[in-house]
Amino acid sequence: MSADFPVALVFLLGAVVVPLLHGRLRTAWMLLLPVAAFACLLTLPLGESGQVELLGQTLVLMRVDRLSLLFGYVFVLASLLNVIYALHLKDTVQHVAGLVYAGSSIGAVFAGDLMTLFIHWELTAVSSVLLIWAQRSDSSFRTGLRYVLVQLLSGMFLLAGALLHWRTTGSLAFGQIGLSGPAGVLILIAFGIKCAFPLLHNWLQDAYPAATPTGAVILSAFTTKLGIYALARAYPGTEMLIWVGTLMAAFPIFYAVIENDLRRVLAYSMNNQLGFMVVGIGIGSELAINGAVAHAFADILFKGLLFMSMGAVLLRTGTVKGSELGGLYKSMPWTTGFCMVGAASISAFPLFSGFVTKSMIMSAAAGEGLLLTWLVLLFASAGVFHHAGIKIPYFAFFGHDSGIRCQEAPRNMLVAMAIGAALCIGIGVFPQALYAILPYAVSYQPYSASHVVAQLQLLVFSALAFAVLMRTGIYPPELRSVNLDSDWFYRVLFASWAQRATDALQQARATFGRMLRSTGGRLYARIHRHHGPQGSLARTWPTGSMALWVTTMLLAWLALYYLP
Amino acid sequence: MSGPRAYWLDRSENVSKIYRGLWLFGLALLAVDLALHKHEDFAFAAWFGFYCLFGFFACVVLVLVAKRLRGVLMRAEDYYER
Repeated sequence: MSADFPVALVFLLGAVVVPLLHGRLRTAWMLLLPVAAFACLLTLPLGESGQVELLGQTLVLMRVDRLSLLFGYVFVLASLLNVIYALHLKDTVQHVAGLVYAGSSIGAVFAGDLMTLFIHWELTAVSSVLLIWAQRSDSSFRTGLRYVLVQLLSGMFLLAGALLHWRTTGSLAFGQIGLSGPAGVLILIAFGIKCAFPLLHNWLQDAYPAATPTGAVILSAFTTKLGIYALARAYPGTEMLIWVGTLMAAFPIFYAVIENDLRRVLAYSMNNQLGFMVVGIGIGSELAINGAVAHAFADILFKGLLFMSMGAVLLRTGTVKGSELGGLYKSMPWTTGFCMVGAASISAFPLFSGFVTKSMIMSAAAGEGLLLTWLVLLFASAGVFHHAGIKIPYFAFFGHDSGIRCQEAPRNMLVAMAIGAALCIGIGVFPQALYAILPYAVSYQPYSASHVVAQLQLLVFSALAFAVLMRTGIYPPELRSVNLDSDWFYRVLFASWAQRATDALQQARATFGRMLRSTGGRLYARIHRHHGPQGSLARTWPTGSMALWVTTMLLAWLALYYLP
Repeated sequence: MSGPRAYWLDRSENVSKIYRGLWLFGLALLAVDLALHKHEDFAFAAWFGFYCLFGFFACVVLVLVAKRLRGVLMRAEDYYER
């Protein structure tokens, strides 16, 4: 394969063939695609290639540097795990959508200009919504519609920003953009939607729990991390992002504590993890950027693993509501174990992946003297253990025994989870392997006695808080409910405004119609009175009266003529 | 068919054992602070028991605030379908 062959095409062209294949041949083909793409990545030379001339612009399909390569690696890895996890499915739509989604995300990562980025950006939106619609229910259809509208809106911001950027700078190159002009603001909004910035975030919690069991796993890997990549590329060191990220890390954990749908809990905790990455990008130092992208890498794996375990629960029991589950460790011991590895990783236990990546961001924040940010991130670290590390496994697999007895997850799901879990532990134990592919050289040492002890103290006492609150009955029980979030504005408030505006318009139309009819009626009646069959102006006059009037007029004329 | 399998965790005294074990582990970690001098960018983070207290009270506050938030935010499950 030629070195400048766009890696995305491996998936995009490969996906076209999938519907034609069946049975083992399809399985083999789908497994081959990520492997071939990975081989492709290994042979890529650094630099720009795959230039295409279009409308007087040079589009760069492949810009290969350490940052894009890192995301390329992890996206390909995630796509392999996703393919394995979904092998039991007979649903062609999901298979094809998953591959196109992975391919377009990879294409976006290697895009060297904003137009190529935009095209792949939109393709991720359109392909990923199929993973929600594949649930084939009325409510998932509506959720998918909301999701894809938000994603396409992000694309519109990107397009508008890109064109403005081109007008002002004369270049479409996708590099450092910064917040210096309106173009930068528009593009930041586009990226912010994908990264789930506060108030732009709710598509995430709305859509991911509505996807199919496998779809949610695939969704969790790409869209938001693509946003993080784009942010790291275009806005490193933008101070505003520190505050945005700090807020993002903190507020979702409150929601996560009271949320009943465990996949939505994961969506909130993803929002919180994205906050850490956004802080890292906002700080912009080499350590912070390394930390942000390393954490994105680790997050794709451990969040994928957690979504996989919840997907397996959903597949086997038909629900992921905390209020309905409990005691599943008896039926699904392997899934329980893998879920706990994911939980330990996201909570940043020593020897698990989150420990060696999140701490880089914390350390960078402390190094810059950002006291408030550091304290909030520490609070969020304790909180994430609380709601994702303990709550998810506890309410699903332990806690009150729901009496549900089901089968263990299908074998392909277990294999995918096992690989994911092994990678989470592998990164935690051998962080140098991940550090070696980060954008900047790493001198950071995660395993110092003081760091390990501090982290263990934080986590063990968070766990103790959970245990104490649980045993004293203070901990809020899982209840069947929904919690209002920013989607309330467009699902209820704006919808009711729109409804009211429609009603008012209809009323106005009806009133106008009535007025028109009554005015018209009166006008008609008047015309009818004068010109109708009985109207004075429509009467036929006898010839005699005509002759009389003519005679009268002639006499009048004669009289006037002879007057002096 | 034999009866339902008995699990170790089903017995409440075993759960209590885990609970007590966790406290012991926590207190042991707290004791480490007596011997270990932490290297921290912020001086207060090196105080005795800082991370223990922070972890414990952060989570208590988190849960209590979240519980209050339920009063404002919680709606019936079919809220949006109505």
